[in-house]
Amino acid sequence: MTDTHSPTLDAAAPEGPIQDRWVNHKFKTKLVNPANKRKYEIIVIGTGLAGASAAATFGELGYNVKVFTYHDSPRRAHSIAAQGGINAAKNYPNDGDSIFRLFYDTVKGGDYRSRESNVYRLAEVSNEIIDQATAQGVPFAREYGGLLDNRSFGGAQVSRTFYARGQTGQQLLLGAYQALARQIDAGAVEFHNRSEMLEVVTKDERAVGVVIRDLITGKITSHSAHAVVLATGGYSNVFFLSTNAMACNASAAWRAHRSGAYFANPAFTQIHPTCIPASDEFQSKLTLMSESLRNDGRIWVPRDPADTRAPNDIPEDERDYYLERQYPAFGNLVPRDVASRAAMRMIDQNRGVGPLKNGVYLDFKSAIARLTKAKIEERYGNLFEMYERITDEDPYEVPMRIYPAPHYTMGGLWVDYNLMTTIPGLYAIGEANFSDHGANRLGASALMQGLADGYFVLPYTIGEYLSGYLNVDPVPTDDAAFTAALNGVTERTERFLSINGTQSVDHFHRQLGKVMIEYCGLVRSREGLEKAIGEIRSIKAEFWNDLRVIGTSDSLNQSLERAGRVADFFELAELMCIDALNREESCGGHFRIEHQTEDGEAKRDDEEYAYVAAWAWNGEDTRQALHKEPLEFEYVALTQRSYK
Amino acid sequence: MDLSLKVWRQAGADAKGEFKTYAAKNVSEGASFLEMLDQVNEELNAAGEDPIAFDHDCREGICGLCGLMINGSPHGPQSGTATCQLHMRKFSDGDSITIEPWRATAFPVVKDLIVDRSPFDRIIEAGGYISINTGAAPDANLIAVAKEAAEASMDAAACIGCAACVAACPNSAANLFVAAKLNHLNLLPQGQPERYTRTVAMVETMEEYFGSCTNYGECEKACPKSISIDFIALMNRDYVKAQFMNPVKTGQR
Amino acid sequence: MTTTRRVKVHDRQGWRSWLGGFFSSSIGLKWLMALTGIGLLLYLLAHLLGNLKIFLGANALGEYEIDLYAEALRSLGGDLVPRQSILWLFRIGLTAIFVLHIYAAAELTRRNVAARGRGRYEAKRQYEAVNYASRTMRWGGVIILLFLLYHLADLTFGWANPDFVYLAAYNNVTASLTRPPVAILYLVAQAALALHIYHGAWSLFQSLGSANARYNILRRYFAVAFAAVIFIGNVAIVLAVWTGWVS
Ligand SMILES: Cc1cc2nc3c(=O)[nH]c(=O)nc-3n(C[C@H](O)[C@H](O)[C@H](O)COP(=O)(O)OP(=O)(O)OC[C@H]3O[C@@H](n4cnc5c(N)ncnc54)[C@H](O)[C@@H]3O)c2cc1C
Ligand code: HEM
Ligand code: HEM
Ligand code: SF4
Ligand code: F3S
Ligand code: FES
Repeated sequence: MTDTHSPTLDAAAPEGPIQDRWVNHKFKTKLVNPANKRKYEIIVIGTGLAGASAAATFGELGYNVKVFTYHDSPRRAHSIAAQGGINAAKNYPNDGDSIFRLFYDTVKGGDYRSRESNVYRLAEVSNEIIDQATAQGVPFAREYGGLLDNRSFGGAQVSRTFYARGQTGQQLLLGAYQALARQIDAGAVEFHNRSEMLEVVTKDERAVGVVIRDLITGKITSHSAHAVVLATGGYSNVFFLSTNAMACNASAAWRAHRSGAYFANPAFTQIHPTCIPASDEFQSKLTLMSESLRNDGRIWVPRDPADTRAPNDIPEDERDYYLERQYPAFGNLVPRDVASRAAMRMIDQNRGVGPLKNGVYLDFKSAIARLTKAKIEERYGNLFEMYERITDEDPYEVPMRIYPAPHYTMGGLWVDYNLMTTIPGLYAIGEANFSDHGANRLGASALMQGLADGYFVLPYTIGEYLSGYLNVDPVPTDDAAFTAALNGVTERTERFLSINGTQSVDHFHRQLGKVMIEYCGLVRSREGLEKAIGEIRSIKAEFWNDLRVIGTSDSLNQSLERAGRVADFFELAELMCIDALNREESCGGHFRIEHQTEDGEAKRDDEEYAYVAAWAWNGEDTRQALHKEPLEFEYVALTQRSYK
Repeated sequence: MDLSLKVWRQAGADAKGEFKTYAAKNVSEGASFLEMLDQVNEELNAAGEDPIAFDHDCREGICGLCGLMINGSPHGPQSGTATCQLHMRKFSDGDSITIEPWRATAFPVVKDLIVDRSPFDRIIEAGGYISINTGAAPDANLIAVAKEAAEASMDAAACIGCAACVAACPNSAANLFVAAKLNHLNLLPQGQPERYTRTVAMVETMEEYFGSCTNYGECEKACPKSISIDFIALMNRDYVKAQFMNPVKTGQR
Repeated sequence: MTTTRRVKVHDRQGWRSWLGGFFSSSIGLKWLMALTGIGLLLYLLAHLLGNLKIFLGANALGEYEIDLYAEALRSLGGDLVPRQSILWLFRIGLTAIFVLHIYAAAELTRRNVAARGRGRYEAKRQYEAVNYASRTMRWGGVIILLFLLYHLADLTFGWANPDFVYLAAYNNVTASLTRPPVAILYLVAQAALALHIYHGAWSLFQSLGSANARYNILRRYFAVAFAAVIFIGNVAIVLAVWTGWVS
C-alpha cells in the first residue's frame, strides 16, 4: 500500500557540517529591525511551555502579540504536570556528556525517524534553556555547594536531567508564565483567557488569522495577524484514557490540517510503562508514576496466571521478573516502548495482577532492604503518597501496580526547519508539531523541545517570513475569508446542539478510546487497523446522529466544548490508523506485529520507511494524500536498537 | 455507595443561584470526587438537565483548576489534597455532601461551581517575575544558590494557584498565595534586585482585591500543598523593609 | 482580555505620601496594630505591678502603699516639672495608642467584610486553625473598650463610684469591687482580655514578620504566659477585694 509516487517534501534544512548549520542559518535568516517589529501582529494559541515562552520572547522583541488559551490562566497549561525533568548537554557532572551525545541519543532513541538538523539544533540550545530558566528563578535542585544537581533519566547513560523535585514542568511553566505576565503588564502582549481557537483562517494560501470562541459568553470572533503560532499540545486524549490533562485535544492542529497544513507521523504515539492502572469503568484519566521509579523498583508478575495470592505471599521462585529475564543488560531500565510492550504481553497472557488483572507489580522490597525505607522515602516520597491516595495501598508494604498508558504524541503538524507548517505564516511549536523525537521520545526531552522552540528557535526563524510583509497590513477581519470561517464555526457549534440525540459526548469518546487503544495502541496489526477504521467510522456516524448536548451556545457550556474536540478526534483517529497501516515496519512507539524480530523486538525497514509521512487533507471522506520527507542520516549510523 | 448531593447552581455571573439536590447512585470507593461528579453529570445529561459546571483539568493536583468547598472544607476533608485527588472512600454510604464554589468578592461566580480567579494573574503581572529577557542569562552555574534557599524557595513555589487559601480565610485574604509567590523569588539570589519593588507591587495589587490577614492560619490548613504561613510573616517583613529599601531617587528634588 | 494597572512604587517621594502609603496598606495597619498592641501589653504589665501594691496594705503611718504609688505617679519629675505633667504626657501617649489600635482594628475589619462579600457558605465551615481567641478578637476588643470606659469613670474620674475619693486608690478600688455587679464586670473583662492577648501576643510576631521553625513554638508559649500573668494578677486583685480578703 506504500505508494512510491507520493511527492516529496523539503524541510529547507541547511547544509554543511552539522555543528555549523544553526549558526549559519541564523546568520542567513532575514532580520526584522527593532523599529519595524512593532508593525507586526503575531497570534499565539496556547500558553504551555512552548506558547508562553514564544509569546513572552516575541513581546520582549517588540512584536505585537495576541495570546489565546482555553484555560483561565496561562499557568494551567498541561505542561504544568510534567514531573521528571528536562535534559541539557551541560555536562556539569563531567560524565562525558556533550551536545553531540545528546543529539546522538535523541536520534537513536527516536529510532531514526527524526530530522538530524533539527535534533542537533535542539541539543545545541538545550544549555541556553537551563541558563534562562535559572535566571528566571526556577528553583532547580541544588548540590550542597549551591550548584545545579543532575539525575539520570529514562535509561540514559549520562546524568543530564535537571529537575525541581517532582514538579519540573510546573516550575518551568511558572517561569515562562511569569515572563509572559511581565510582557502583558508592559502592554506588549494582549492576553485572552477562556478563549478557544476553533478555526485557522487562510487567504491566498497563507495564514491570516483565527476564529475564537469566548467560552464564557459563547461569542465567536475573528482575529487577524501577520503570522499565527500554534502551541496547542499533543493528542494522547484520542485514547480517552491517557496521562494527559482532561482538556488536551487536537482541534487546533486538526483545524489547521483541514485548512491545508500537513499532519506528520500521526501513528507515532508513546505509551508510558509506569502509570496507575484503571480501577473501574468510570475512570476519567490515568496518573503517571515518574519513570525514575524504575531505577529502584523491580517489575514482576506471578509465574502462574491462575495465582490469586496476595503479592507478598508469592515466594521468589514463583515470580517472573520478566524484564530482568528478557533484557539482562538493561533489566528494568529498558526504554519506554520496550517496557510497555513487555508488560502488555504479560497482561495478554492473562498474567496481569490486580482486581481487573490489568497491571504488573513494581516492587520496592529489595530496594528498601538495600537502601532503607528512609532513603526510598527521600527519593520517591511524593510519588508514593500520590499512589496511596489513589489506590489506598501502601507501596512501602505492598508492591505498586503499574500499567502502560498513552502519554505523549510524537506525531503532529509537519514543520520545516523554521517550524513553519505547509501553510505559509502558520507555525507549530511544542508537542503540537511532529517534533524532533522521531518514533519515540526520550524522557525529559519534551520540556526541552517546547522551550527550545519557544525561546530560542521560532523568535529567530519567524523573521524570515515576516520580513516579506513589512508595511503590509493584516487582512481585515471583515474580509470574506474571515466571515466564511466564522460562519463555518457558528454552524458547526449550532449543529452539535441541534442533534438532540440520547448519548453524551463522553460516551462516544470512551468508545473511540477503546477502539484506539485496542487496535492502534502498543501493538498494531493490519487487520486490527482495518477493523478499527471501520469501527471509528460507525462510532463517528452514531456521534453525529445520537449526540446529546444540553444547554446553549451563548453561555459557558463544557459539553459543547468537548463535543467539538471529540468530533475532531474521530477524523484524527482514522488518519492515525491509515498512517499505521501505511508504515509497514516497526519503529519506536509504532509496533506492527507483522514486523518483529524472532525474539519479538521492533524491526525497522530503513530501505522503505526512512521518511516522515506527512498527510494532506483532501476534503471529507476522501483518502488523504501522503507526502514524504526523506530522512538522511549523515552523523548517526543506523543500527537496530538492542537492550539485551 | 449512594450519596445525596446539595450543589450550588448558578446560570451565569448575574443570575441568582440556588442549591439543588441530586442523588449519586452506586458510586465506587475508588472513584475520585470529580469522577463522582462526572457520573452525576452523565445522568443529568441523560435526563436532559444541564450538567454541573466545575473547573478541572490535570486531575493530578498540579494545575490548580479544581477547587470546591465540600461540606464546609476547601478541597474536602483530606488535608494536603486537592479536590481532584480526593477519593470517595473518604465518604460513606448515605452521606449527604454540600458542594459550593469558592466565595469572595474578588471571585465572582462564572457558572455553577466555577469562579473567576483572574485577580491572581493581575497580582503576578504586577511584579511576580524576574525581569530577564530571553538570551540575556549567564551560565546557570554562575549563580550559586544555597541548597537551603533553593529548598525553601521550592516549598513556596509549589503553590498551584487554586485559591483555596482565599476560600478558607474568614477575611478572604490572599496573603498565603501572594506570600508563596513572593518568597519563591525573594528567597533566591536571582530575585534580589527587584525584591522590594516586587513586594510592594504585588502586596498592594493584592490589597485591591482581597482582605487582610488576622493570622487565623486557615489558609495553611486548606492549602493542598500545605504551604506554611511562615511565608506570610516573611512577606510582612519584606513589605516593611521595602519602605526603606526601595529606591527613592537620592539627590533629586 | 486583561487590563492591568501598575502600582507606582517609586512615587512615594514626600514623607507624607511615604508614611501614608505604608499605613494605608493592610499590612501597614497590621504593623500598627502590633506595635500599639505591644504598647498596650507593656502598659497592662506596668499597671498590674502597680495595682498589686494593694496587697501591701498600709504602712506604719497608715498610708496605703497603692495610694503612695498613685501619688508618686502624679509627682513624677519632682519639682522640676509642674505636678502631674509627666503623668499627663503619659496619659496622652496611652490614649493615642488606644485610638490608633482601635482605628486600625476598625479599618481592617471594614476591609475584610468588604472582601468577604455577601457570599456565605451554606455548609458550616470546618475550621481547623482558628480558635475561640482569634475568632473573637473584634468582639473581645469591643468588650475591653467598654470595660475601659467604665473603668475610667469608676476609678480615675469616679463618676461611677459614689464613694470615690480623689487620690485614695485603695479606698476607691475596695469600694467599687465589693459591689458584686462591678466585680463581675471586671472579671468578665479580664476573661475577654486574656483571650485577646492569647491570640494577640502570638499574632503580633507574624504581623511584625518574625517567624522561624526554630522558635515558632516560643511565640505561643509567650502569648500563653503573658495572658496568664495578666489574667491571674488582675483576677487575684478583684477576688481578693470582693471576698474582703483585702479591705
Ligand atoms: C503526566 C506527564 C508528565 C510529563 N513529564 C515530562 C517530563 O518529565 N519531561 C518532559 O520533557 N516531558 C514530560 N511530559 C511531556 C510534556 O509535559 C509535554 O509534552 C509538554 O509540556 C507540552 O507542552 P506544550 O506547550 O507543547 O503544550 P501544552 O503544555 O499542552 O499547552 C497547550 C496549550 O494550548 C492551549 N490550547 C490547546 N488547544 C487550544 C485551542 N483550540 N484554543 C486555545 N488554546 C488551546 C491550552 O490551553 C494550553 O495552554 C509529560 C507529560 C505528561 C502528560
Ligand atoms: C489593653 C488592651 C489591648 C491589648 C493589650 C491589645 C493587644 C492586641 C494585640 C497584641 C493584637 C495583635 C496585633 C497583631 O495581630 O499584629 C491585637 C489585635 C487586635 N486588637 Fe487589640 N488590644 C487591646 C485592646 C483592644 C481594643 C480596645 C480593641 C477594639 C475595640 C482591640 C481590637 C483588636 C482587634 C480587632 C485586633 C485584631 C486585628 C487583626 O488582626 O485584624 N484591641 N490587640
Ligand atoms: C482588675 C484589675 C484592675 C484594677 C484593680 C485596676 C485599677 C486601677 C486604678 C486603681 C486606677 C486609678 C489609678 C489612679 O488614678 O492613680 C486605674 C486606672 C487605669 N486603668 Fe486600671 N485596673 C485594672 C485593670 C485595667 C485594665 C484591664 C485596663 C486596660 C484595658 C486598665 C486601664 C486603666 C487605665 C487606662 C487607667 C487610667 C490611668 C491613668 O489615670 O493614667 N486597667 N486602674
Ligand atoms: S497557597 Fe495553597 S491554597 Fe493558596 S493558591 Fe497556592 S496552593 Fe492554593
Ligand atoms: S486564613 Fe486568612 S487571616 Fe491570614 S493566616 Fe490565612 S490569610
Ligand atoms: S484538576 Fe488540576 S489540580 Fe485538580
